[in-house]
Amino acid sequence: MTLTETNIEKHLIPVLKTVSDPEIPVLTVLDLGVIREAVEKDNIVKIKLTPTYSGCPAMDVIADDLTAAFAKIGKKVSVELVLSPAWSTDWISEEGLQKMEEYGIARPLSETHDKDVLLGEKKLVKCPQCASTNTHLVSQFGSTACKALFKCDDCHEPFDYFKCLK
Amino acid sequence: MSSTLKDSRLLENYILTIADNSLILAQRLGELCGHGPNLETDIALTNISLDLLGQTRSYYQYAAKLAGDGKTEDDIAFLRIEREYKNCLLVEQPNTHFGYVIGRQFLFDVYHFMLLEKLQNSEDETLAAIAKKSIKEVSYHKRFSGDWIKRLGDGTEESNQKMQEAINDLWRFTDELFYMTDAENAMVEEGIGIDISAFKESYYSQVSEILKEATLAVPENKYFNKGGKEGVHTEHMGYILADLQYMQRTYPNMQW
Repeated sequence: MTLTETNIEKHLIPVLKTVSDPEIPVLTVLDLGVIREAVEKDNIVKIKLTPTYSGCPAMDVIADDLTAAFAKIGKKVSVELVLSPAWSTDWISEEGLQKMEEYGIARPLSETHDKDVLLGEKKLVKCPQCASTNTHLVSQFGSTACKALFKCDDCHEPFDYFKCLK
Repeated sequence: MSSTLKDSRLLENYILTIADNSLILAQRLGELCGHGPNLETDIALTNISLDLLGQTRSYYQYAAKLAGDGKTEDDIAFLRIEREYKNCLLVEQPNTHFGYVIGRQFLFDVYHFMLLEKLQNSEDETLAAIAKKSIKEVSYHKRFSGDWIKRLGDGTEESNQKMQEAINDLWRFTDELFYMTDAENAMVEEGIGIDISAFKESYYSQVSEILKEATLAVPENKYFNKGGKEGVHTEHMGYILADLQYMQRTYPNMQW
């Protein structure tokens, strides 16, 4: 697992926990690992945000939501978008992965397994509805850039799979 | 012109030769939104378009910062004239039929991946960071287009024939990918740019391997078209720009 240092001041965490990903509302920005830095100086909260995918339209919304969340407690926010180091699905917290599964999105597999399932060579993605791995790929690209579309061959429900990004 | 100013102009130009490919291909793929052959492919193509557009924004923001003349990424995207766009001819080719969409994507993705693989080690930190971010996305693009090449090539008689037609037609634009402009040569010397001419052979062998696997013939062109990277485009480019620039030209400075 690639662990990269983040610098988030403890007193800011409760507010950050109220901001969620607009596409996957059960995940907070902290669960997702997109906040790389949050420090307060002279009543201004400086936040470094990293995109999951380059074109992710959620980034602008997240930046606005952060500003709104801190405005409630009278603090101003300056958000800087940082690209390096590039975001990885390893940065999603275990709690985040569990919430994601309960929400109906299958969690990312390891890099090699991810390749196998997206090429349709192996059946490894677990259906979030019935836990069967008898599933197949419908499309490598899903409703958002970070997901692929799968279907369960046991309960026949379609579901999203969060693609591995490393 | 002082030497640092000249260098930053060259770097700006270099960034545009990379970024304009992504912008124009994103625009071409965007035309397919709501028109894909089926829902999944429609979503896939527009997802790829979105990735490319996101990458373009990172490059243009950097180029705008280097220019330091108060212009923004939007000025670069929407307010240049045709000759100022440095994309290669391949990416501006029309979506004639699905075979062309996949053929164009595949021929570009293999190149794009190779470029980013090297650009990750650029001595320019910003370019290296953009490349590291983008390559993860492009590896998905490459897998998608490569899969479709095989599926169509090794599919029905009709899909094979249409895929072959597209590859034959698009092949003449592949050589330009490895043409080096002055800005590229200058940036290679600085350790910032990539000598793409060096991986031409490896490109053709990778592409040929997949084409063979797809039971498609590798074209044997003697003649290749180029010019896009110097701003001399095919007749399609004007139409793309008319679409792309319409809102900013008609309602200057408009914002969403």
